[in-house]
Amino acid sequence: MNRFKREFLTGPYIVWIIGFIVLPILMIVYYGVTDSSNSFTLANIIAIAEPIHMKALLLSLKLALVCTVICLLLSYPLAMILNSMKFKHQNFIVFIFVLPMWMNFMLRILAWQLLLSNNGILNTVLETLHLPQFQFLNTPSAVVFGMVYDFLPFMILPLYNSMSKISADVIDAARDLGANQLQVFIKIIMPLTISGVLSGIIMVFVPALTSFVISNLLGGGKVLLIGNVIEQEFMQNMDWHMGSGLSIVLMIFVIASMAFMNSHNKDGEGTAVW
Amino acid sequence: MKKRLFCLTTLLFSAVCLSACGSSSNGETLTVLNYGKYFDSDALKMFEEETGITVEYEEYESPEEMYTKYKAGSIDYDLLCTSDYMIEKLIDEGEVQKMDYTKIPEYKNIDQNIIDSSASFDPDHTYTLPYFYGTVGILYNTDEVDASEVDTWNVLWDSKYEGKIIMENSVRDCFLVPLKQLGYSLNTTNPDELDEALDMLLDQKPLIYAYFVDETGDEMAAGNASLAVVYSGEAAYAQSLSDKLEYSVPKEGSNLWIDSWFIPKTCKNTENAEKFLNFLCREDIAKMNFDYVYYATPNTAVYDNLDEETKNDTTIFPDKETLDNCEVYVSLDEEGTNLYNQLWKTLKSD
Repeated sequence: MNRFKREFLTGPYIVWIIGFIVLPILMIVYYGVTDSSNSFTLANIIAIAEPIHMKALLLSLKLALVCTVICLLLSYPLAMILNSMKFKHQNFIVFIFVLPMWMNFMLRILAWQLLLSNNGILNTVLETLHLPQFQFLNTPSAVVFGMVYDFLPFMILPLYNSMSKISADVIDAARDLGANQLQVFIKIIMPLTISGVLSGIIMVFVPALTSFVISNLLGGGKVLLIGNVIEQEFMQNMDWHMGSGLSIVLMIFVIASMAFMNSHNKDGEGTAVW
Repeated sequence: MKKRLFCLTTLLFSAVCLSACGSSSNGETLTVLNYGKYFDSDALKMFEEETGITVEYEEYESPEEMYTKYKAGSIDYDLLCTSDYMIEKLIDEGEVQKMDYTKIPEYKNIDQNIIDSSASFDPDHTYTLPYFYGTVGILYNTDEVDASEVDTWNVLWDSKYEGKIIMENSVRDCFLVPLKQLGYSLNTTNPDELDEALDMLLDQKPLIYAYFVDETGDEMAAGNASLAVVYSGEAAYAQSLSDKLEYSVPKEGSNLWIDSWFIPKTCKNTENAEKFLNFLCREDIAKMNFDYVYYATPNTAVYDNLDEETKNDTTIFPDKETLDNCEVYVSLDEEGTNLYNQLWKTLKSD
């Protein structure tokens, strides 16, 4: 294929990237640094320092962090178990974990809303078993739960991927040289999967940090994340400038966390955002 | 005011409208923008058959969404229906045309009391035509709450209902509760009064099950909460799902909301718009829409012919005493809006 043809084929993608990624970002930046009379201002960005916005941002960071740690703790052993299975079982189990992703994530969160509500299925079952009922919905824990449920596959897949790449010979060699189970894990498996861990962390942390729908649905309007503040500025307050300013701050956090992870990720496994 | 908007219904509805377009068109059209599920599609078809005017009917969910849609300017609307404070905002911005009531003979059916109440957003009553009205009050589960408790907003601070209370997830409807309980106007922009209200809401927050808008009816019908602050329309919807629910407007007073029609500046054919307004004020059409929407109708011809049971249903038709106690929202200036939004974020981030 000649050069011209190859460039021609990228055309649709270029149009897509300009229309739906570059232009919207430019518009956000424009709105973010102007006020309602269209003159330049940094007030919308500095507004993040207001106690209310700071509180929302810190809560978002906290919940996203907790969610990431839980996902990691759940996924790592799972990926190891998966990796030690026979080949045909592996594919089936991976399939099971990816299966829920075929369904719209909002619908799955709505289903949890029904399951967890005061008179929901879970509490009805507890009642029939004469166990105490509990109110879990509309708390920060419920929001973290929803995030973990939604983003867990994004942690499992890169971990499993990096683990399956470790050659059995490497582990056998370590054993031959007298390493015990723990030493194999710490000296061989952990360093060789670090790139998968880092990809997984980014793929869970970033969507968890920016989410607002999960906190709306499982937080009952009581858990205000920075994403909710931005949504409110756009939809209720009609202050697109403030909403954009706060979005820029959030973008900086997202990019910073990606840059941090990538600088520690020598192999360039998985995400490669830079 | 905000009935559940099911996408499917909307799709079906627009399909009906589209198919109706083909039949009786003489080239004249009328572009109407209204709340979702707020007009009987059969009545719309009747209008097209009677006048030969094709109606391009569009729907929206919240007044803010309507405002954004209208201001975007890509469609020239001929006729709009929305809520009190949003109409006032549009009148202030010079977006509304004066209405010639002499061209709308059936206007005589509209209740003078509601026209008088409209004065808070349309002082000389020259711009608007009331469509439906209602109140904000407490919807409660009769199994868990005694009727004697809900004559005051105070019950929403009763710790025995911890985790069983739903509040409105929109700033003004949420703040009206403490404001009214403190005896202030729900249109206040006095920072001291609003701070007091905020303190009360912060005290109340640990007792709250959730802040909801459209979910409230379903949540109450499912028994997930005992008390909820709702629009009377949402209350009627919830009652149709469960017979354990009752509605009460507390004695401290509440909000009276009036959804009205108006002709925007973008209207190209005022005559057709007037024909449509006259049509919807006609007794048979107003009755069709009342049966479809089930909110309080200001149309006296419809009201007078209702059976006693419906007339006395205070969920739909608030009594005189309740109405006297209620205030209509007026639109806030920019400073006021910002203050409310700031307080709202403070409440939510706590």
